[in-house]
Amino acid sequence: MLPPRALPAAEVQARLDDWLQVEFTHFALHEEAAQIAALSAEDQEFVLGWVRRSAAVNVQLGHLFATQAPRRLTPATRRPVEAWVLQALDQFDRHGLKAAVQTLRHPDRFVAPGREHAGAAVFADFSGVLQHFVAGLSGRPLRLEQAVDDAGAYTDSETIHLPTVVSRFDSAADNFQLAKVWVTLLWAQTRFGSLTCDAAGACERFSDPAHALQCFAALETMRLEALIARDLPGIGREMSRLRTLAGTDRLEPAWQDWRERLAAPGAQARDTLACLDAAYATKPPPPPPFHCAWRPEAVAAVMAARTAREKALLRAKLAQVLERLPPPATREADPSRIALNSATDAPNELPRHELLVDGIAVPLPDDVAPLLTSIQLDFGGIPPEYLEAAGPGDYAPAVSNPPERDPDSVWSGVYHENGATLYPEWDYRRQSFRKNWCVMREINLPPLHDGFREQVLQRYPGLSRELRRSFEALRDCNRVERRQVEGDELDIDALVEAHCDLQAGRDVSDRLFTQRHRAERDIAVLFLVDMSGSTKGWINDVERETLLLLSEALETLGDRYAIYGFSGMTRKKCELFRIKRFDEGYGADVQGRIAAIRPRDYTRMGFAVRHATHLLGQVDARRRLLIVISDGKPDDYPDRYRGPYGIEDTRRALQQAVHAGVRPFCITVDKEARDYLPQLYGSAHFTVVDDVARLPYKVGEVYRRLTH
Amino acid sequence: MNALDIISPQLAPLAEEPFYRPVNQEDGLFEAAFERRLPVLLKGPTGCGKTRFVEYMAWKLQRPLVTVACHEDLTASDLVGRYLIVGGQTVWMEGPLSAAVRNGAICYLDEVVEARKDTMVLIHPLADSRRVLPVEKRGEWVHAAAGFMLVISYNPGYQSVLKELKQSTRQRFIALDFDYPPPDLEAEIVMHETGVARDVADKLVKFAGMTRNLRGSGLDEGASTRLLVHAGNLIAAGIDPAQACRAAIAQAVTDDAQMLRAVHELFCSVF
Repeated sequence: MLPPRALPAAEVQARLDDWLQVEFTHFALHEEAAQIAALSAEDQEFVLGWVRRSAAVNVQLGHLFATQAPRRLTPATRRPVEAWVLQALDQFDRHGLKAAVQTLRHPDRFVAPGREHAGAAVFADFSGVLQHFVAGLSGRPLRLEQAVDDAGAYTDSETIHLPTVVSRFDSAADNFQLAKVWVTLLWAQTRFGSLTCDAAGACERFSDPAHALQCFAALETMRLEALIARDLPGIGREMSRLRTLAGTDRLEPAWQDWRERLAAPGAQARDTLACLDAAYATKPPPPPPFHCAWRPEAVAAVMAARTAREKALLRAKLAQVLERLPPPATREADPSRIALNSATDAPNELPRHELLVDGIAVPLPDDVAPLLTSIQLDFGGIPPEYLEAAGPGDYAPAVSNPPERDPDSVWSGVYHENGATLYPEWDYRRQSFRKNWCVMREINLPPLHDGFREQVLQRYPGLSRELRRSFEALRDCNRVERRQVEGDELDIDALVEAHCDLQAGRDVSDRLFTQRHRAERDIAVLFLVDMSGSTKGWINDVERETLLLLSEALETLGDRYAIYGFSGMTRKKCELFRIKRFDEGYGADVQGRIAAIRPRDYTRMGFAVRHATHLLGQVDARRRLLIVISDGKPDDYPDRYRGPYGIEDTRRALQQAVHAGVRPFCITVDKEARDYLPQLYGSAHFTVVDDVARLPYKVGEVYRRLTH
Repeated sequence: MNALDIISPQLAPLAEEPFYRPVNQEDGLFEAAFERRLPVLLKGPTGCGKTRFVEYMAWKLQRPLVTVACHEDLTASDLVGRYLIVGGQTVWMEGPLSAAVRNGAICYLDEVVEARKDTMVLIHPLADSRRVLPVEKRGEWVHAAAGFMLVISYNPGYQSVLKELKQSTRQRFIALDFDYPPPDLEAEIVMHETGVARDVADKLVKFAGMTRNLRGSGLDEGASTRLLVHAGNLIAAGIDPAQACRAAIAQAVTDDAQMLRAVHELFCSVF
């Protein structure tokens, strides 16, 4: 095959003119075209691809990218450039055009000038590994996030912010190591008291607090470096290697003294502060490559919120512990019944806690241990007032469960995203996910007790019986296999035959046993029902009848099943209605909720499939099925979910489901569906029901086929 | 087919003392349960020493030990026994459970919830004051010999809600809770089992602690003591520690590429 040919400038310009809609925007694109034409064929393809995708989102973004990208692009910077444009598109989704333009105007954070040939490490590539890595270290759980500004690497004591692109060193491996060292160092700040020693307050005493903070940062980094080198020698080696590589390993004699003092095994953050007075008078050494930014104000804000929350939470948890114990001998509930026995093996180890109630050890609930660790890190111990169990009405539940605001009230008041789950959505034009795009909520459908079940069973006595009978045939049945070489019991017929054969001097078979086989049905199925406005009328009626008949029949089968209805209006209102959860029995409430299914808004499908996949993932079953019952193709108001966007997103979601071990199957009553269904459900399987009245039969048949 | 012979496995107590260090006076409890003829349930993560503990106690109490690793297809016949044909004769082949009941051995059913539900029918009459095993096919009720003891184990961590042990079963047992040994002891165990130096054992234990922090956030289970012993054995055999860890620990706890890399990085930071 011939290598791909680079396009001449005229051809590049023709494409740019088209994508960037020159007839309306009047962009002059000669220069851009010339620059892109000068690139290699592969680089051209890369740049043009992203111009097209970003222009599909917004023409101005496409133009900015076309202007900026060619100068930054080398074979080594493809990943950083991609990270740059993706962050811009993400900013556009979240904060609008201005923020996205801001990101595109500052490519230096992604491809630093002069670093165009360095093998960069990109956040999207290393964050997965390092997130696991930091979870393996002890202490408070920390989240990794990419910084959206030039702040560099820092932590607010709950989140570690890292640059999107790390390109300080020439090789990608070294840059990854730098990211790892950053994570470790920032973890160490939260773990070894750097953030709780009130460095900002100490620095305020000096005439130049910024300089004081710089000195503190340099001293504290030395202390933590020594701690890490002792505790995690592998990281210690990496740190000194990176220092040497960057040429920042030499220190003034005074700083060498401080370094030695702070490297002593028992050194605490207060020892760092003790060195600050003297260090303030000097010039701090050049920052090491793993220099971290300090943001005392961010730490203070996060910490203030956390301490209040954790105090209330711990006291509420302790109240729960007391509730589960037998009541005390004295009638008076004594709030100071609880004590904590904490023991440490080594000075820098986190203590192990033992909970004592009235002097007797009580097992520590699983969720309390991390809470104690977090409080320990903030205060260096557990303050006694934290150990008083909350009394009735003592704590606001809103504090102990912060994200719980009533999801049902979202639309009656001010919009909020509390209590919602955010799901990504696939944008086929930019060939990437829009992060946290769909605001999904599970909503309880209030049951409607209107005798619906009785009506349906009366109306379809034959169908109900038929479904039930055909499902019964699927049930676990003990199948006995005869004439086996080994088994649980003797096969008497075979044995008599063998005996006769033996007497007659013939060959004797060794197949003399019966074996019992039981095919266990280990199946979980989730029915996802379309509740969009277009199902109004008899489609809705048939959907409800189908679900009811099916549930009745499924009860005889004993398979685990759940029913959810979906509907949505714009990405901010994606709703999944709980009709039956997996762990819920089939009873009057479920029947009432099936009766209460009513058409709602539009058919935004991707989020529903993603959440259903998530729900199925939590069920332990050998086979997981997702059956989507819908009346038509994905559609939403007023954004662009209609058409290929919606189909592509749903297709992606179905692929993800398959990837997660879920088998999707779609049943559609749309007569035109044959046009797009193969494309939509390519990875899944589907059937079209032409006659809506046949839906109950069809669903029963599909179910039997899928699960047999 | 007139004479019904019985083939029964030969059972004998362990000759050598298995290496075990009690952590929480569990040996005393076990002994008391044995004396009082109470069945015991061992709870705890895989590879933390449950099986070793039973071996140790069997040796200490000088009882033979019968261990059955339960699996999805384990039936009641697999435990009780079945007929075989030998030279035109039917012969009763005794199963591990009935052999233990008859001979007064300790019967250890490992991961008992994995077995089919019909096996519970056998366990219930054995686990209460009746101490009897119904052998349906022979129309026989075998009364347990004096030294018989039933021990089952169960890992509440990764088994699903469906495979929970039923209340009617668990309420017949004395429950002993197991966890990984404290760091010092775990290092001692690794040294004893593998012959690695103290500092290597300490590092392995430290690394294991990191992987246990990942339980619930990416890993179902952290590295068990058993995996540390495997890694220690490889290191003692001259394998490079990073390679030993990858083969013995990382690959054992996860298949996920990112997690493998993260576990590797954690390992490198300790060694």
